Amino acid sequence: MISTQLPAIVLLLTLLSAPVCSMIRNGDNAWKLAMCSVWLSVAAACALMAQVWGGNNISYHMGGWAPPWGIEVRIDELSALVVILITLFGALVISALRESLRTVMRSHRHSLYYATFLLCMSSLIGITITGDAFNVFVFLEISSLSTYALIARGRDRRALIAAFRYLIMGTIGATFILIAIGFMYMVTGTLNMADLAQRLPEHTDNRVIQASFAFFTVGIALKVAVFPLHYWLPSAYTYAPKATTAFLAATATKVSLYVMIRFVFDVYGVEFSFSQMKLDVLLIPMSIAGILIASLTAVFQSDVKRLLAWSSVAQLSYMVLGMALLNLNGLTASITHMFNHAMIKAGLFLTLAAMIYRVGSSQLRDLAGIGRSMPITTAAFVILGAGLVGIPLTAGFVSKWYLISAALDKDWVWLAALLIISSLMALVYIGKIVDVAYFKEAPTEHQAVRDVPVTILIPCWAFALLTIYFGLDTRATAGVADRIAHSLLGIAS
Amino acid sequence: MLVATVIMIIRTQKLMSAVLMMSFFSLLCSCIFMVLDAVDVAFTEAAVGAGASTIFFLAAIAIVGRTSKPSRPGKTLVPLIACIGTGALLVYASFDMPYFGKVDAPIHQHVAPRYLQESAGEVGPPNVVTSVLASYRGYDTFGEVGVVFTAFIGVLLLLGAGTRKAGIERPAPPNVNDESMRQKIVLREVSDLVVAPVLIFALYVQWHGDFGPGGGFQAGVIFASAIILYALIYGIVPAQQLLPPRKLAYLPGVGLLLYAGVGVYSMLMGGNFLDYDKVASNPLDGQHYGILIIELGVGITVAAVMINIFFSLSERSL
Repeated sequence: MISTQLPAIVLLLTLLSAPVCSMIRNGDNAWKLAMCSVWLSVAAACALMAQVWGGNNISYHMGGWAPPWGIEVRIDELSALVVILITLFGALVISALRESLRTVMRSHRHSLYYATFLLCMSSLIGITITGDAFNVFVFLEISSLSTYALIARGRDRRALIAAFRYLIMGTIGATFILIAIGFMYMVTGTLNMADLAQRLPEHTDNRVIQASFAFFTVGIALKVAVFPLHYWLPSAYTYAPKATTAFLAATATKVSLYVMIRFVFDVYGVEFSFSQMKLDVLLIPMSIAGILIASLTAVFQSDVKRLLAWSSVAQLSYMVLGMALLNLNGLTASITHMFNHAMIKAGLFLTLAAMIYRVGSSQLRDLAGIGRSMPITTAAFVILGAGLVGIPLTAGFVSKWYLISAALDKDWVWLAALLIISSLMALVYIGKIVDVAYFKEAPTEHQAVRDVPVTILIPCWAFALLTIYFGLDTRATAGVADRIAHSLLGIAS
Repeated sequence: MLVATVIMIIRTQKLMSAVLMMSFFSLLCSCIFMVLDAVDVAFTEAAVGAGASTIFFLAAIAIVGRTSKPSRPGKTLVPLIACIGTGALLVYASFDMPYFGKVDAPIHQHVAPRYLQESAGEVGPPNVVTSVLASYRGYDTFGEVGVVFTAFIGVLLLLGAGTRKAGIERPAPPNVNDESMRQKIVLREVSDLVVAPVLIFALYVQWHGDFGPGGGFQAGVIFASAIILYALIYGIVPAQQLLPPRKLAYLPGVGLLLYAGVGVYSMLMGGNFLDYDKVASNPLDGQHYGILIIELGVGITVAAVMINIFFSLSERSL
C-alpha cells in the first residue's frame, strides 16, 4: 500500500510535520521532529526514483478523481530527480541548522523557524510533483511566503528590505504566472498539464495563448532570476540567515527552473515555444550576458556571501542557456547542472555559514588565515569551490562538459570559448577566497578561532564528498538527465 | 469607478485614505463578481478584501504612521513602462478571447459539464462551487489552507505573537485609544448588538456552505471580524483574556491537521489522499462528512490566523 501512496507521502511528511513543529515549544524537540520527517522524505524520494527509473511514470489521482476533473500528481524521472534534490539537500542543511541557529535566535523562535523551513520544503516538493497547472500556483504561493519570512529573519536589518524587494518581484512573477494559467484555461477549458499539452497545439495562432506564453516567460524568469530580472537575488541571498541561504540557493531557483522546463517543453511544447515564439532568440543572448556580467561582478565583491550570490546568477544563466540551445547535450547539461550546482552552492554557503559561525562576518578580510585556524572546514570549501569552477573529477566538470559539447554541436566555437572564459572568472573569484584563507595572516581578534562542532562539519563534508562522487559516477545525474532530455525533445533514445 | 479608485490610491500620500480606498476597491470588485454570478467569490472578496485586510492595514498604519514619503519622479519610470506593457499585452490578448458568456466557449465545454451535471450524484452538495472546491479540487483547497497557515507562521516568526515573555514585565498598556473608544457609547452599544449575531452568522455560513454561497474561508473571516470588532471596542486585553494568545496560536495548525487528517484517514481506508468516498461506508455519506470536516478545518485555520495576526499587529502598536 505504501508504495502506491508514495506521491502523497513524500509531500505530507514535511507539510504535516510543519504545524506539529510550530506547536512544540522546545526548539530541540522540534528539530528532532524536523530531522525525522526530512530524512524520511529523502527515503520516500529515493523510493519514488526507484519506481520511475527507466521511464515508468506515476500518475496519482488526488481525492480519487480522475484528471482532468480532479488534480493529478504526476511523477517522471525529472520530477523525481528534483524531489531528491530538494529533500536531500534540505535535509543536510537542517542537520546543521540546530547548531547554527543557537547563536542567532532566541530558542523559543526555533520551532517556528523549523516549521517555516519545512513548509518551504514541502511546497517546493508540491510544485515539483504536481501535474496540474493551477496547483503549481497554489504551492508557489506557500513557497514564496515562507521564503520571504525566512529571508526577513536575517540578523541584519537590511534583510527586511531584501525580503520586501523579493516580495514585490516575486508577487509580480506569481501574478504573471497566474494570468498565464488563467489564459490557458480560458482557451482550453482544462488545467491538467497533460490535457493542456494535447489541446494547446490547436490554438497556437490564438493571441490569448501567445500572451499567456509571454506572461509565463516573464513571470517564471523573475522567479528563476534570469538576467536582467535577477536583481532581487544578490541581496536576498546576502542578508538571509546564513544556513537558510544554503537551502534557498540549492532549491528555490532550481524548482522555478524545473517549472520553466516543464511548461516550455511539456505544456506549451517545443514546436510552439521555440519555432513559433522564438524563445531561444530571447534567452540565449540574455543568459550569455548574465553569465559574463554576473561572473565579472562576482570577481569584484568583497563580501563572500554576496560574491557567491552573484556567482549563482551566473550559474543559473548556464542552466537557462543549456535549455535554450535546444539540443540533447544542452538540455542534459541544464538538468545535470541544476542538480550539481544545487549541491555545490548549498555546500559552499553552508561551509561559509560555518566560517561565519566562528568569525562572525563574511567579509573577505575577516576570513584571512582561516585555512589554518579552521583547516577541516576550509578544505571542504576548497573542494566545493573546485566543483564550482568545474575542475575535472568534480561534479561541476560534468555539467560544464555537456554545456560546452552542446555549444560545439551547434558549431558555435565562440560560445564554447566564452564558457571557458567564464569558468576562468569563477577560478579567479574562488581563487581570491582561497588565497586569502591560506596565505594571509589572520587578524589578531580571530587568532583563537577553531573548527566548528562536528554537527555542522558532517553536512559540510557530505556536500563536498557528494560533489566528488557525482563527478565520478554520473549515472544518477547525467544518465538520468540524458533520458529526460530525450523524452522532452521527443527523440527516441 | 475602479480606474478612478486606483488612480486615487496611487496619487494619495495619506496612507489612511489609501487603505480606505483599497477597501472600497475590493467592495467594487465584489459587486462585479456578484454581477457575474460568482457569488462565492464575491462573498470572499467582500469579507477578506474589504473587511479583514483593511483592518490589518489599519493596524499596520497604527505602527508606522499615517503618511508616506513622496517618491522621486525618476524612480517611477521603469514600473510605469512595465505596467503599460502588461496592459498592452492584456488588451492584445483580449481580441482573441471567447465572447463573454458564450455557450460554446471552451471553459463551458470540457470539464465544467461533468461538474454541473454529475456532482450532485457523485459528491452531493447542491452548491456546485463547494463540490469543486472541497472535493474535485480539494487538494488545491488544502494547499490554500497551507498558504494561510504559512502566512500565520511567517507573521509569528517576524513579529512574535503570544510570546510576550513573562520575565520582562511590560508597563501596563496605556490604552488611551481604548479608553476613548469605551466612552463612545454609540459604538459600544452597536458593537454589543452586532457581535453576537455576527458570530452566529459565521456559524451559519460555515455549515450552510453545502447549500448556498459560503464555506470555511468566508465563515472564518466573519468569525474573526466579530472578535476583532470586540477587541477594537473593548481593548485588546479583554479580548486576549477571552482567547488566550498562547492557546490561540495552536489553532491554525489544528485546522490544517484536521483537513489533512481526513485525507490521511481516507488513505488508511485504502483510498487516495482526500478521497472522501472512503470516509464512510456509503460514498455519498463519505463525501458529505469529508466536506463538513475539511470545511471546519478551513474555518478554524482562517479564523484563528486572522485573530492571531490582528493580535500580534496590535501588540506591536501598544
